[in-house]
Amino acid sequence: MDDAGFIFASYIITFGAVGAYALGIIRRARKSSREVPRDERPWL
Amino acid sequence: MTTTDTNTSTNSSPRDRVTGTPFTRGLGVVILAGMTLLIILGIFVSPADVNQGESVRIMYAHVPGAWLAYLAFVVTGISSAAYLWKRTRSLTWDRIAGASAEVGVLFMGISLVTGSLWGRITWGTYWTWDARLTTTAFLFVTYIGYLAVRGLGGTHQQRARRSAVLALLAVLEIPLVHFSVQLWNTLHQEASVAGRGTDVEMDGLMLFTLFLGVAVFTLMYVWLLLHRQRSLALDDMLDDSGLDNALTARRAEAQGVAR
Repeated sequence: MDDAGFIFASYIITFGAVGAYALGIIRRARKSSREVPRDERPWL
Repeated sequence: MTTTDTNTSTNSSPRDRVTGTPFTRGLGVVILAGMTLLIILGIFVSPADVNQGESVRIMYAHVPGAWLAYLAFVVTGISSAAYLWKRTRSLTWDRIAGASAEVGVLFMGISLVTGSLWGRITWGTYWTWDARLTTTAFLFVTYIGYLAVRGLGGTHQQRARRSAVLALLAVLEIPLVHFSVQLWNTLHQEASVAGRGTDVEMDGLMLFTLFLGVAVFTLMYVWLLLHRQRSLALDDMLDDSGLDNALTARRAEAQGVAR
């Protein structure tokens, strides 16, 4: 495959960025949720 | 989960769902399956393009990224309008706007980087000051500015009002970006699938892979939006409880002085 490096890099960057962002959200939310009562979270 | 706060640790357990629900968990499984299929089809199975060659494989990440960034910014605009309209005014709209803009910036960044890699193969350069690229970069910077404005101080209502006004102005840039390829002479090609008067002759598997990419990115957007909006809600609750505690402490202090 020609230009395989560019092609693989584009997929790694795409899914790596989304994965890193998703993990960041969950980590931040876990930190905040320690001080917010469970019954105040309307989605649960 | 370990915590030093004994008063609140009873609210969370190690298996506690923080921002997740059974729906988002199911959605996550579907996204992982779709992503795997997209990678297999996009990189290994779908054919090379007659004109673009192997570089067309980058399009299965680049095009959905750009479309979803547009969608995210439009959702930010609609949510901001809903916040500003008195009948529907709620901080939930503001948080949806903020979460959607953040996810939109992520997808726009992905689109810019993957487009740059595609440009290196096809045009021989990572970047050129072409109308589409320049307007897209301007849109990207505008929404980074929007996120910076959200981070300024003030009450939740002040944050919501000023960022909603900015979002309604920023969303006007989207048509400029989209139609830039028709308004100016550019290197960037016009829309291949849903363009004006296009007569698409695209391989079925290539078209399927492209639509799969759009579907997977849309589901990722929904997942990220739900989690981020809930995470912002937790931050706001934390701010409110911090303010309440500070006010209670100040009142107690004032009563102590009066006695």
